Amino acid sequence: MADARSEVLARVRAALRDRPTPPEVPRDYERTGDASLALLAERVAHYRAAVHEVGPDELVPLLARLLAGKRIAVPADLPWQVPGVTWLVDSPPLPVAALDGADGVLTGCAAAIAPTGTIVLDGGVGQGRRALTLLPDHHVCVVREDQVAGSVPQALARLDPSRPLTFISGPSATSDIELDRVEGVHGPRRLEVVLVRAT
Amino acid sequence: MGTRNPVTWLGSPAFPEAARTALADTQLRRNLRNATTTIRGRRAAAVAELPDWERLRRAGEAIKDRVLAELDTHLERLEAAVTARGGVVHWARDAAEANEIVLRLVGDEREVVKVKSMATAEIGLNEALAAGGVRAVETDLAELIVQLGDDRPSHILVPAIHRNRAEIREIFRRSGLAATGDAPRELAEAARAHLREKFLSCKVAISGANFAVADTGSVVVLESEGNGRMCLTLPEKLITVMGIEKLVPTWQDLEVFLQLLPRSSTAERMNPYTSVWTGVTPGDGPAEFHLVLLDNGRTATLADPTGRQALRCIRCSACLNVCPVYERTGGKSYGSVYPGPIGAILTPQLVDDPHDAQAASLPYASSLCGACFEVCPVRIDIPEVLTHLRARVVSARGRTAESVAMAAAAWVFGDPARYERAQRLGSLARFLGRDGRISRLPGPGAVWTASRDAPVPPRESFREWWRRNRG
Ligand code: SF4
Repeated sequence: MADARSEVLARVRAALRDRPTPPEVPRDYERTGDASLALLAERVAHYRAAVHEVGPDELVPLLARLLAGKRIAVPADLPWQVPGVTWLVDSPPLPVAALDGADGVLTGCAAAIAPTGTIVLDGGVGQGRRALTLLPDHHVCVVREDQVAGSVPQALARLDPSRPLTFISGPSATSDIELDRVEGVHGPRRLEVVLVRAT
Repeated sequence: MGTRNPVTWLGSPAFPEAARTALADTQLRRNLRNATTTIRGRRAAAVAELPDWERLRRAGEAIKDRVLAELDTHLERLEAAVTARGGVVHWARDAAEANEIVLRLVGDEREVVKVKSMATAEIGLNEALAAGGVRAVETDLAELIVQLGDDRPSHILVPAIHRNRAEIREIFRRSGLAATGDAPRELAEAARAHLREKFLSCKVAISGANFAVADTGSVVVLESEGNGRMCLTLPEKLITVMGIEKLVPTWQDLEVFLQLLPRSSTAERMNPYTSVWTGVTPGDGPAEFHLVLLDNGRTATLADPTGRQALRCIRCSACLNVCPVYERTGGKSYGSVYPGPIGAILTPQLVDDPHDAQAASLPYASSLCGACFEVCPVRIDIPEVLTHLRARVVSARGRTAESVAMAAAAWVFGDPARYERAQRLGSLARFLGRDGRISRLPGPGAVWTASRDAPVPPRESFREWWRRNRG
C-alpha cells in the first residue's frame, strides 16, 4: 500500500480530473480606512477594555499611576523606565507560576487595527514571548500612533507571518452560556490600552 | 471506505426520526430559538457595518476555489514551509489513521489539553485517545459543558447552545465544579478555576486550525476565551489536526478571512484572540509542532464538481443560525458533528456511502429556502448542493421507504403553511413516521407519498415568509 502522503495527493489529483480553472481573485474590496487614534479608542472601548490617550511626555507618568506598587511582568527590552513598580523581568524566562502570580504585564505592540479595535503582538521589541501576556490577569499595552493601521489588509501587510503573532481584540471573553458575554475567562481579565499620540 | 467514518454518530437515527424526537422537546426548541434569533440579529448588524461585504464574500469564494483547484500544489507548499520552520507534517487518509498518529505523538502523557476543533470532533479523537488510555480535556467552555454532561454538541460555534444556565450549573455540580451561582460570570469563573491547573501542567496540547497559509506555513486559530492561547503557547508539544481544505495560498489572503469569519460567526468586528504561528519559534511556545493533514472523505467530496464547493466552508455557523429547520430540530438531530445546512451537504459527502441511511437522509433536512446561501461568507450554494445530493441518493438507491420518509420531512419543512398546519394538528412528529415509514401525511401529502418524487418546494414564498417572521 502506498504511504498516506502519496495516496492523499494521488486522490486529490484524481478528484481534480475535470481540471477546474482557478479563478482570479477579485481584490476590489476596501484596502484602506480610518487609522485615527479616536476610532481605535472607540473600538477598543467597545470590547470593555480600558483606554487611555496621552501625548509622548505623558506616557511614563500615566504608566506610573496605573502600575504603582504592583508586581508587573515585563520583557527584558521594555523601552520605558517607570518608577515605583516592582518589575518581574522575563530574563531568564519566568516560571509559569511567577507569571500566574504577577499583578499584571506591561508591553508594547507591533501594530493595531483601528476599525476592529485590535492590537497585534509579534514578539518583537517590548513585547516578549506569548506566555508573558497570557498568564497575568491584567495586560497594559502601549500603542504608538504610527503603529495604527486603518484596515485589516493594511495591518497584515505590515506584519511578518514568520513571527508568532497574537491579535488581541478586548479582554478574553465567552458567550457560550446563553450568548451572554462574560469578560475574562482564561486570558487576562483586564485589558488596558494606552494610546500614545505622535506629538 | 473500509471503516466507518465517525463524522456521523453511531446509532443515530435518520433525520426524520431524530427530528421527530427533537420537535417534542419544548425546552430545547425554546433555548435554540432564543439563541439563533439573537445571533442572527447581531450578525446582520456586524455585516451591515462593512460596505464592501459582498466584495469580500466574492474574494473569499474565489480564494477558496483557487485552493481547491490547485489543492495538491498548495498542500506540498504548506508541507515544505512548515518543515523548513521546524514543524513535522503527517498525512492521514482517514479518521483511524489520524487518531493513530495523534495517539503515537502523545507518547507517555496520560492527559492532554484540547482546544475546540471540528476536525478532531469529526474523527472521534477524544474517544480514540480514551481507548488508548489518554484523557483529552476540552478547554472551551461550551465543549467542557458538553464533555462533562456526556452530551453531544448541537452547534458548530456554541456547542452547548441547547443548554441554559441552570442546566449548566447542574452539570458542573455533578462533575465537582463548584459555581457560586448560575450567572454566566460565575459559571465561567468555575471553569477557569477548574482548567487553570491543567493548562499550567499539561505537556501536550491538541488543536485544530482555522486556516493555514501555504506560502509561509503559518497556522491560524481564532478564539475568544484564551484557552486556545494557553494550549498553543504553554505545552511542550503541540499537535494540530487540520482538514486538507483549510488552506489559503498566501498571507495576503488572510486579510479577507479575518474580516469574513468573526463577523459571520460571533458577529464581532474581531474575535478576542487570533494566534498565528509558523513551525517552531525557539524560546516562545512549544518546542515541538506536529501538523496532521486529514483527508477523511475530503478528496471524495472534491471529486464531485457540484458538491466540492462545500469544501470552501470556514465553519462560521452563520447558516445554522438562519436555518428554519435547524431552529426547530436542533443540531443533534443531524446525527453528526456538522449540523445544520452545512452538515446536510458536508456530512453525506464525507461519509460517501449512499447506503448509509442516516447520512443519506441529511440532504432532506432542509426547506431549500436559500437563507443559508445568502449569509454564507464564502457563497456556498447550499440549496444547489442539497438538490444535487438528493438526486444522487435517489439514483443510487431508488425509492425506498426511507427515502420517502426523508422526502416527506423535506416536504413538510418546505412550506410554512404545511409546517404550521402540521404543528397545529398536534406535532410535526406525527407525520414523520417511526422506522422510516410514513404513517400519514396531511392533505395533499397523502397523494404525494403515493405518487410523486422529489417535491419542488416553493422557494421564494418560504424565504419571504421567513424574512417577514424572523428577519
Ligand atoms: S457553509 Fe458557509 S455559512 Fe455555513 S458554516 Fe460554512 S462558511 Fe459558514
